Amino acid sequence: MKNKIKVGIPRGLLYFKYNVLWTSFLEEMGCEIMISPESNKQILEKGAQHSIDESCLSAKIYIGHVDWLRDKVDYLFVPSIASYSKNTQTCSKFYAMPDIVRNTFRDIKVITYKLDIANGKNERDGFIKFGMSINNNLLKVINAYKKAKKKQLEYEKDQHINQDKLLEHTSKLKILIVSHPYNIHDKIIGYPIKEYLNKLDVEVIYADKVNKPKSIEASRNISTDLYWTYNQEIIGALDLYKSKVDGAIFLTTFPCGPDSLVNDLCIRKVKEIPCAYILIDELQGEAGIQTRLESFVDIVLTKKIKNCKKTD
Amino acid sequence: MIGEMKIVFPHFGNYHIPIAKFVEKTLNIKPFLPFAITKKTIELGAKHSPDFVCVPFKYNLGNYIEALENGANVLIQAGGGCRFGYYGELQEEILKNLGYNFKFYKLTARSLDKLAFYKMLKKINPNLSFGKYVYSAYFLYKHVKLLDEIEDYIRKNIGFEVNIGDFEKLEKKFHCEMKVIKKISDIRKISVKYKKLFKNISIKKPKNCLKVGIVGEFYVLIEPFSNYYIERELAKKGIEVKRYINVFYTAFSKDHRFKKRLKRAKPYILDDIGADGVDSVGHALELTKKGYDGIIHIKPFGCTPEINAIPALQNISNDYNIPILYFSVDSQTSETGVKTRLEAFHDMLLMKKKKE
Repeated sequence: MKNKIKVGIPRGLLYFKYNVLWTSFLEEMGCEIMISPESNKQILEKGAQHSIDESCLSAKIYIGHVDWLRDKVDYLFVPSIASYSKNTQTCSKFYAMPDIVRNTFRDIKVITYKLDIANGKNERDGFIKFGMSINNNLLKVINAYKKAKKKQLEYEKDQHINQDKLLEHTSKLKILIVSHPYNIHDKIIGYPIKEYLNKLDVEVIYADKVNKPKSIEASRNISTDLYWTYNQEIIGALDLYKSKVDGAIFLTTFPCGPDSLVNDLCIRKVKEIPCAYILIDELQGEAGIQTRLESFVDIVLTKKIKNCKKTD
Repeated sequence: MIGEMKIVFPHFGNYHIPIAKFVEKTLNIKPFLPFAITKKTIELGAKHSPDFVCVPFKYNLGNYIEALENGANVLIQAGGGCRFGYYGELQEEILKNLGYNFKFYKLTARSLDKLAFYKMLKKINPNLSFGKYVYSAYFLYKHVKLLDEIEDYIRKNIGFEVNIGDFEKLEKKFHCEMKVIKKISDIRKISVKYKKLFKNISIKKPKNCLKVGIVGEFYVLIEPFSNYYIERELAKKGIEVKRYINVFYTAFSKDHRFKKRLKRAKPYILDDIGADGVDSVGHALELTKKGYDGIIHIKPFGCTPEINAIPALQNISNDYNIPILYFSVDSQTSETGVKTRLEAFHDMLLMKKKKE
């Protein structure tokens, strides 16, 4: 019996979207999985040190996680996801990542699967090809993928159902965070903001925990030309939720390419609710953000009270 | 209605000449030539753009505002590849918010194939026959090809002219003549004429002159204002310059079979890294193997595909011991910093060459 191979998954970028799919697939395949810890200062520092200085903060953190894992595992799992339909694509960071990692750390063995529907590479085939490189048993690979995919879908469904319930039942101030999951759920980028908003007695609603097909459809109401799938998902959530929440915060990392254009367009087009725009880079102090959050919450609150009086 | 249309498109190297010809031929309208880019253009553009959008967006927006101020009312924007495909929608929104009145046409690869483009032109000019459209497109093809061939020759030799200014003078003359031609046979005529004239310019080229290749992002390579006239600076130092990327390459001759382009970049890049990133790496590798002395990589600040390419470029630089100079340009317009860095790069190349 061979020893189990040890596969490392960096806790960054798409991990926050696909953690269930990836971990359960690799588990089914009989791999030992190692996930890097929550982001911390050291990881960020290492990431910034190894990255091109103009990379976005999220990508730098990802490289930091790769660095943390690289001498602890046999293989590093860095997927390459390029498109979900014929006329859309993702930010080039997501499909270039295997090459970036390979060129940054030349001693690493990268394993990857490719998802690029615009060029005829669907997820199932990608996983089968990837799985076959680990284990020769086709049936086992297909089963593993099926199980993992089912779990992932259930997980996503739970997330948006829970959020919808929360929206209906809470009486607190509701603020929507329009941000990629790898920003808002990251320990050093989004977590302090989430915590502080909770402290201000605000219910935080997440744009990434939304019914994805519905939100992609809704994104057309804001932008007709948009072709970045992940941005479609989050701004579609803005369109779906704008009547239910009291305010929205755009949270982005410097210098995110798609966000630089899309968020600007959203702020110009969505006039129904107050919006704040928070940009984070690696030198961020917490105090500045807290002041901004506080004053934004004040604005939202005043507006809400005013509206209540009007309807009375 | 058509008589009142004043079409404008962003300024873009010298390519406004063939594009204007194409518009004139297909739509029967003399387009509004975009103004040459100045400091004011980029200031205007940067003022109204999102903070950290890449710099071509700012130049384009500046062009539009200047043209609108001068009476243009139909704007054209292309798109594709990276963020460039999304420029149009946001630029339209920004200009609308500024209170201008105009029509905006987006020619993105996503929304248009060749026939759809014809249909769109036909909507503007109902008299356009398909034959005329094909003829104009072929004209455009020939026109761009000639322009790029001449520019390529200039780039190679301008650093070694005996009488300083000869090339520039002739190039201006050439552009003037380009603007008045009408038929495809005219292109052939001036092609022969000017190729001969350019060859007749006396040059003194040492056998082992310094040779530098330029790779990087499409717009900043092609629009000299945005790259601080880097090619001119290199020429002044007596360096032969090679650049693969031009409009002819990207629009017509680039191998659209992706695998072939990828092969050039192996083993550094194994898969797509977005827009022209693979080409940057592939061309850098090719230049290295051809024995060039150095490579200059230019990109707009924050250009993701090119940033993705940099780790691979760094590895090429280490493995083959070839110096690469990286420039990242933004709305800053001071040339001094660039000049200093180029000087240092030049000195270093000279020293390296001597040692060898």
